[in-house]
Amino acid sequence: MSVDLNALKTPGPTITALTQPFWDAAAQGQLKIQHCEDCGRPVFYPRPICPHCWSKRLVWKEASGKGRLKSFSQIRKPGHPSWLPAAPYVVGLVALAEGPTMLSFILPGARPPHVGDALLLAPTAIGGRVLPAFKPVETATEEK
Amino acid sequence: MSQAKGAIVGIGELKPQRLTSGVTTLEMIAEVARLAVFDAGLEPAAIDGLLVGPQVGETPQHVPATIAEYLGLAPTMANVVDLGGASGAGMVWRAAAAIEAGMCETVLCVLANNREEAPSRSPNRNPIREFDVPFGASGANISYALLMQAHMAEHGSTARDFALIAAAARANAQLNPDAIFYGKPADVEAVLASPIIASPLHLYEIVMPVAGGEAVVVTSAERARSLRKPTVHLLGAGEKVTHRAVSQAPSLTSGPLKSAMARAFAQSGTRADEMDLLSLYDCYTIMVATTIEDAGLCAPGQFGAWLRDHDLTHNGDKPLNTHGGQLGFGQPDLAGGMTHVVEAVRQLRGEADERQIGKAELALVTGNGATMSEATALVLGAA
Repeated sequence: MSVDLNALKTPGPTITALTQPFWDAAAQGQLKIQHCEDCGRPVFYPRPICPHCWSKRLVWKEASGKGRLKSFSQIRKPGHPSWLPAAPYVVGLVALAEGPTMLSFILPGARPPHVGDALLLAPTAIGGRVLPAFKPVETATEEK
Repeated sequence: MSQAKGAIVGIGELKPQRLTSGVTTLEMIAEVARLAVFDAGLEPAAIDGLLVGPQVGETPQHVPATIAEYLGLAPTMANVVDLGGASGAGMVWRAAAAIEAGMCETVLCVLANNREEAPSRSPNRNPIREFDVPFGASGANISYALLMQAHMAEHGSTARDFALIAAAARANAQLNPDAIFYGKPADVEAVLASPIIASPLHLYEIVMPVAGGEAVVVTSAERARSLRKPTVHLLGAGEKVTHRAVSQAPSLTSGPLKSAMARAFAQSGTRADEMDLLSLYDCYTIMVATTIEDAGLCAPGQFGAWLRDHDLTHNGDKPLNTHGGQLGFGQPDLAGGMTHVVEAVRQLRGEADERQIGKAELALVTGNGATMSEATALVLGAA
């Protein structure tokens, strides 16, 4: 993957007033997710009510940015033509340390991705906007 | 076995085509509805219930009314069933339930799609569009690749295990002249040699999109006795919907079909290992693998060993998708799920010609929509 991701004409998020705080934070290089003040559980993706207890007392909190790779795929034939210049590239399911799972772009590491890899938030400019991508945490042995 | 809940008395199927030219979905619905109603030996006026899919290109809203008008029907029960690939199986129990509720007596369940050169894409603002697509994840291939990778990581299943499913589908399709891959077998080596689309998924593990149409006619068990074709009873049904986006799936290696099949077996007083035909929804190889495990035919993670232990052909010990499955037949959009119902009816009637299975008394039909999200299971039985 040597392409300039930021130069891609990829479709961006379809932002609403409700989800604006998530994307505003993303533009600042942060990952913010909702938490329910009634049942205490984290919520992703953003909603007007908590999907666990249906409370409306949801607040935005910055996430740790730590995650674990639940699954991944190296995309050779993208589903959207705007991604063709970037192929092959990797997307993955990231289990955030806070609990919820989100799909994200996984930056290349020193070795191919494996399920269970520790990940860190790696804000990346893709298609003209900064998105909350992730990168593998390189282990000490591999850094030698 | 429990009392039958309704009976399938008519089936219709259009030969899959890669592309149509200037044909509307409504025209195709009319063609396949006619086949099913005449197969049942019924007059169109006998149809007083109508179940249709949501993707009729010519009319995004008021779909049942548009189709009823087009077909000259005046149903007393009409509805859209919007469960993706589970829509076909989902229609069958809903038809039986509507009949039992006294809303109607004979229901046409119909799904068809054209496939024009330049399909129109609907504007989409759902959470997948907002939170998955911007990261480069568009379309079902990637979602099922994620499920497959998770299965491999959790259970140590191999690319070769999955390829067995695609190869078996292609082999069975060689006995179905209508199948899109008729005359085009592919063994395990050919499946593994086909290009990787989204790792670990190979091209031949993915259904081929086609135009087509499928329809069934469901009536009461009582009325079925007076009709001309051997009756196929609905003995049990189950359904479960858990999520839409793969990131929100409660599990990546077991799906809502587990609960849906358990209910269908309980309602019908049957077990998975009693089925004479497995008509399992197969948009991708991983879907069949997970369904075999969720049905309890083998332990979680052991589908590969199970496949090697059994013969999946029409004269084998575990006939699976004798029409070729969607992997061999082609996937006519939502009607793809209904191919599993139509083939089960053919087999239970003893009308499957050179691919007829031996003992044909019980069939399991599964439907699956989105990413292992919407699930319907049916147990069908010969009279």
